[in-house]
Formats: sequence, C-alpha cells, structure tokens
Amino acid sequence: MTFWTYRRRDNLVGYLFVAPALLGSLAFVLIPLGMVGWYSLNEWNVLGGTFEFIGGENYKQLLADEKLRDSLVATAWFAAGLVVLNLSLALLLAVLLNQKLRGTTLFRTLFFSPVLVSLVAWTLVWQLMLQPEGSVNGLLGVFGVDGPNWLRGETTAMVAVIVVQVIKNVGLNMVLFLAALQGVPAPLYEAAKIDGAGAWRRFRSITIPLISPTILLTSIITIVGSLQVFAQIAVLTQGGPGTSTTVLIYYLYQQAFQFHHFGYGATISVLLFVIVAALTLLQWQMRRKWVLHES
Amino acid sequence: MNRKVALYGLLCLLCVPFVFPTWWMVTSSMKPISEIFSESLLPSEWTFSTYETVFRMQPFGQQYWNSLYIAVVVTAGTMAVAALAGYAFARIRFPGQNALFVVVLTGLLIPSEVTIVPLFQMFQSLGMTNTHWPLIIVPIFGAPCVLAIFIMRQFFVALPPELEEAARMDGLGRAGIFYRIALPLSRPALGAVAIFTFLHSWNLYLEPIVYLSTPDMFTLPQALTQFVDIYGGPMWNVQLAAATMTAVPILVVFVVAQRQFIEGLAHTGVKG
Repeated sequence: MTFWTYRRRDNLVGYLFVAPALLGSLAFVLIPLGMVGWYSLNEWNVLGGTFEFIGGENYKQLLADEKLRDSLVATAWFAAGLVVLNLSLALLLAVLLNQKLRGTTLFRTLFFSPVLVSLVAWTLVWQLMLQPEGSVNGLLGVFGVDGPNWLRGETTAMVAVIVVQVIKNVGLNMVLFLAALQGVPAPLYEAAKIDGAGAWRRFRSITIPLISPTILLTSIITIVGSLQVFAQIAVLTQGGPGTSTTVLIYYLYQQAFQFHHFGYGATISVLLFVIVAALTLLQWQMRRKWVLHES
Repeated sequence: MNRKVALYGLLCLLCVPFVFPTWWMVTSSMKPISEIFSESLLPSEWTFSTYETVFRMQPFGQQYWNSLYIAVVVTAGTMAVAALAGYAFARIRFPGQNALFVVVLTGLLIPSEVTIVPLFQMFQSLGMTNTHWPLIIVPIFGAPCVLAIFIMRQFFVALPPELEEAARMDGLGRAGIFYRIALPLSRPALGAVAIFTFLHSWNLYLEPIVYLSTPDMFTLPQALTQFVDIYGGPMWNVQLAAATMTAVPILVVFVVAQRQFIEGLAHTGVKG
C-alpha cells in the first residue's frame, strides 16, 4: 500500500484547487477587514502624517456626526427607492415579455442594452439630458410640463439618481424574472382559470409564490448593489445638492480620499460592512419563512 | 387583437428611456456643440471633429487598451480561480471543506469599497499605486471573485456524478477528470461568469480613481470625465464622442451574441 492513496491524492488536489481563492480571500478580504477594524481605532491623518491610537473616539464621532446621519437617510431612501422601482419594473417587463407576442426578443434586447453601456458613459449622457434645457425637460415640454432643474433640487436629484440607475440595470433582473416565469408550469394557470381565478388572482397566488426564490435572489443582489453605487453619484451629483444624495459609500470616499481622514474613513467602512452583513443575513433568514420550496 | 395593440403600445412606450439615451449619445456626438440641447433627433450637419479631439486631448487609444486588457486578464483569471475552487468545493471531499467554503463566502458580505483604505495602503507600501496591479489582482483573487466561485459551485453540484465515475474507472486522476470532463461541461456557467466579470471590470470606477494618477494609466470610465476645456468646464460633445466609442463596440458584440448572452445569465439565476 503506497502512501499516496486515491483519497490522499484527492485531498491534496482539493486543497490545491481552493488555494488561490483561499489565499486571495485572506490577503484581499479578511486581512484588510481586520485592518479596517484596527484603523478605525486610530486617528490617522495622511497629510499630517499622524497615526495615533484613540480607542473609541472615531465611533463617538460617528454617533455625533450629523452629516453621517444625513448620509444614512440618503442611503436608506436611495436603497428603498431603487429596490422597489427596480424589482417592480423588472417584474412588469418580464411579464410583458412573457406574453405570446411576436418581437419580444427585440424588446428584450432593447430593455437589456443599457446593462452593457459603460456605466460612466451612461451617467454622463443622463447628466446632459437632465440639464434644465436638456432632452428630459424637452420631452416634458411637449406635454406642456415645465420640468425642474433635476440635479439641483434635493428631491429631484434623488429621484434622478434612482431612475438613472434603475434604467441602467433593470435588464439583469428582468432576464432573471423572465427565466423564472418560463419555469412556472402552464397547467397550474389552466387549473386556476377553470376554478374561476382572474388574471390578478392567478398572478398573486401562482406566479408570485413560484418565482419567490428569484425575487429573493434579485432583492439581495439589488439591495447590496444599491449600497455600492458610487460612480453614478460621483458623476451626476457629487453627493449634492447639500448632502441630499451623499450615500454612505460616497461619504466614505469623501472622508478617506478627499479629506484624508483614513481612520474615520475606516470607521465608516466598518459601519458599511455591518449594514451589508446584517441585510444579507436578514434576507437569508426571511427566505426560510416565505420562499416556497419545491419539495 | 386590441390587447395585442395595447401590449405593443406599452412596450414601445417603456422602451423610450432605455433606447433614447444611447441614440442621443451617438447622434449628439456628431452634432456641433451649439446643437447639443436642440430638440432635433439628428444633427443638422454631421461632424466627426469631436472624435479627433478625443484622441488629441487624451491618450485615448492607450486608455482604451488599458481598460480592454485589464478586463480580459481579470475575466480569464477569475474564470480559472472560480472554476478550480467551485469544482473542489462541489465535488471533492477533503477535511475542513465546509469551514473553508464559509471563509471564502464571507467575501460576499464585504463590498470591495469597505476594504479600499487598507488595500490602498498595502499597494502603496508595495509601490504599486499608479500601476494596474491592484485593478487586476484584487478582482481575480478577492471579493469580486466570490460570486463567480458561488456560481461555479452551484453548477458543479448539479452535474451528474456518473460521468466522473466512468472516467475514474478508466484511470483518470482528479485533475484529469476536472480538466477533461467537468470543465468542458461547465461552459454555460463559465460564460455567465465571464460576462459578469468583464462588465464589472469594464465599469470599475472607484478603484481606478483611487489608485491611478496619470492619464496614460487611466481606464476608460475615468478618462471619460477628463474632457474639460481650459476653464474646467466639461466639453460635452467630446465627452459624448468618447462615450460612444466606449459603449458601441460592446453593444455590437451583444447584439450579435445576444442569445447566448441572455440565456447564460438567466441560467445562473435559476440555479442560484
């Protein structure tokens, strides 16, 4: 019996196969995460060249920081608006494209196309179209509506960044929903029809429960994704007007890389991590409750 | 019949915000600057001078190459790392497997923005700022790769074991089974991973502006915001010309290969 049995060799291959991913996770995810925790306990000004241990001071500052509170409010509005609009529009488009209709492939292509337009290019284009004399107001003018200066009003700027982001990315969720809808067995609908269920009832009682795993998946991806939206904010509004669109990640960027407060930036990073982790775990918990399992 | 007309009407209406920006971007890049805010759908006279200006103001060809080669390298690297790890986590039994999988999965909980401060510090101490290394290494091995590993694992878990057992009877080792049997079968999942990864790298914005500082190192998203006149005002039609050159090739590839594209993506959604 040799030392290198099939099982031993198999173990070795297993470790070798996961080694790159594992070392990468250590070097670029876990160790940096630990460092973020350590930095957050220090006062670190890059320009001044100071680095000193201050314990919980950054966290005290965090609690007292009014701009941070504004930023959390903006983040919550942004995430909520984005998820609601994105998921409902994605579902609407998927349902429309799931009808027996010629040319749905063409429409699918068109709805999906913004996903592929380079993010900054897409944002620049919308920045121009949202100018007071731009195309959006031009179109509204056709209907006799006097459009606002979108990016200069607090509410309209928030609406604008949400809508621009939704139109850019809703195609991804639409495709996932479409695949899920096509997996719903047709006989279920027939049976419900015979039982006298109307279209809305069929949608609510058959479609929604059967595609609930996809709804969960897309909502996780979309919520976590909404916390990472940076380029759009940086190009469209720079967090303004005021702090109305300063989402958490933009605030983090400002503190760390514009004001060079790395220590405080790290503290905001810790907060961002806690929020993302909590949301993800919460959603996995919810899955047990309301997602229909096939078994 | 009426229902059909109504459906088509609704679809056409909904299409407008999806199609118009791209249309407007392409046509306005060929308009004289005075017409940028006119209501016309087409330029009154077509001008391509903006396209020359793009190359005169920035090393745009170099920047295009930077974005392209980084995205290709990151995509290839991610596919390799994710296929290996995904396969091992799904098909090979080894001690500590589940614990290691959890360790890797934590990357899903940590947006790369969270770790940008220490990563920047790390690359700075290695003298790697204003190089492309951070934009290549971190996505391949770090948090952005975790989703790819997850997709590959889900695919390999669902693969019927009989295929591998037959190959094992024929004396093929584990690496051979992976390379000759499992990997070729995983093309749909690999395709989805490739699309996700390429787009992610192509759109990356925060990392380039944090790490890169000279125009010849810039990537496209970063370069697009640099077309300003001597007073710092944005040169809109030049920006639009650059944006058009960034967007159109990808769109063309998509239209040609759209079936594989969308079905590949949808596939992962059902499995995920």
